[in-house]
Amino acid sequence: MLNHFFHSQIALGIAECVVTALLALAVMLLARRRAPGLLKELPVAELRGVVQIVLVGAVLAFMLRGPQWTSLLVLAGMMLAAANIVRKRAKHIPRAYMQALISICTGAGIVLAIMIFFGVIPLTVAMLVPVGSMVIANTMNTQSLFLDRLRGEVTSHVGEIESALALGASADAALLPYLNTAFRACLIPSIDNIRSLGIVWIPGIMAGMVLSGASPLFAALYQFVVLTMIFSSSALACFVSSHLATSRIFTAQEQLVLR
Amino acid sequence: MLACSQLGRVLPPPASRFLLADVSLELARGEVIAVVGPSGSGKSTLLRLLNRLDEPTNGTVLLNGTDVRTLPPRELRRRVGIVMQRAYLFPGTVAENVIFGPRQHGRMIPSTEIDDLLTHVGLSGFATRDVLTLSGGEAQRVAIMRALVNNPEVLLLDEPTSALDDAARLGVQSLLESLIRERHLTCVWVTHSIEQARVMADKVLALESGRVSAYGSAAEVLRA
Repeated sequence: MLNHFFHSQIALGIAECVVTALLALAVMLLARRRAPGLLKELPVAELRGVVQIVLVGAVLAFMLRGPQWTSLLVLAGMMLAAANIVRKRAKHIPRAYMQALISICTGAGIVLAIMIFFGVIPLTVAMLVPVGSMVIANTMNTQSLFLDRLRGEVTSHVGEIESALALGASADAALLPYLNTAFRACLIPSIDNIRSLGIVWIPGIMAGMVLSGASPLFAALYQFVVLTMIFSSSALACFVSSHLATSRIFTAQEQLVLR
Repeated sequence: MLACSQLGRVLPPPASRFLLADVSLELARGEVIAVVGPSGSGKSTLLRLLNRLDEPTNGTVLLNGTDVRTLPPRELRRRVGIVMQRAYLFPGTVAENVIFGPRQHGRMIPSTEIDDLLTHVGLSGFATRDVLTLSGGEAQRVAIMRALVNNPEVLLLDEPTSALDDAARLGVQSLLESLIRERHLTCVWVTHSIEQARVMADKVLALESGRVSAYGSAAEVLRA
């Protein structure tokens, strides 16, 4: 119906945004007694979200005309921002920013580099920025989950960890069961995403590819590629992070500082 | 055997509160010192400084004349064992808990020896039991054996019976008393019980608000 009134693509896009934003507001208005605070938050979040994503679209439009390597700069900026978001989530862990930055850069960096090398992701702004951002964003989420779970595990097992230290265990050995629990827990969503692919959800990138005219079969295979990439990047980042954790949770004299 | 002088710990900023100050004591081989005092007087803090689970901010701890800061922490903690208020057993079997300490430095213990050790603490036939099935008293007996299997030169006891019910408390207490006598263990025993201190201790250190309020032979301090 909207396309009867709006003929340019941009005007149609804006109209669609307005309709969906109003729908979300109407739903929250209906359910306002459940969470009155959310009703106030929602318009701000919607406004913020639309401005941010439009800015990204504008930057992408600008970059599409420039040299392709600029996409690497954008991804580097995203990794810095992602580490900062993880730091806020893991503020009880000393020097969490560097831990998150090193982990995300290693995880996402290595996986993206391999994918670029094999030509799975073409080195073009149009592909690298959206796919790279998906990989980085998901790696960031997993990293937040990992550190948050690790903190929870450590603070609820202080007695066991200090008992292990008191029996002559190294800090690594004392922490190991809790690192393993956190590692496994933070990767569950990524594995479940792969497992439920197609049955429970058809993610955005596939829908987007089909909408823009790609063969549905190729779009389906590429969706699997993206989700598996996300898993590899997340797991590698957490693996690196787990090796950096001991030096942040214990002193050099193997005394537990996070409690 | 074990000595400390002017030992203290101040929390780092922003708390900047002192937990313990100017504690000095000397313990000869085979001696037992009872550390008494109200809750929050710094008894547990003292033990944690002796095996360096926490870092002293003042003073020194000497083990056989060696400043413990020159020892690798893992070696120090093997030589100065601790039994805490609660057992804090690791998930798994009783035997896995008992061999945890020796396994950390590659020492294996044959299963017949584990059975013997468990018999010593009244847990004959418990080796393959899951620790989740143990009562509080049984768990604490495992924790005691788990600490002793490292053959520590000094054993720190942080009110090991305070979290137990009356029946279990008496059992664990008499077990500890007989182990200390049989093995001539050198012990720092944090306790609430003056009676226990009178029976077991050669020396008594009384703490109040993080400072020493009395220190001397058990006869002198407990008479006062």
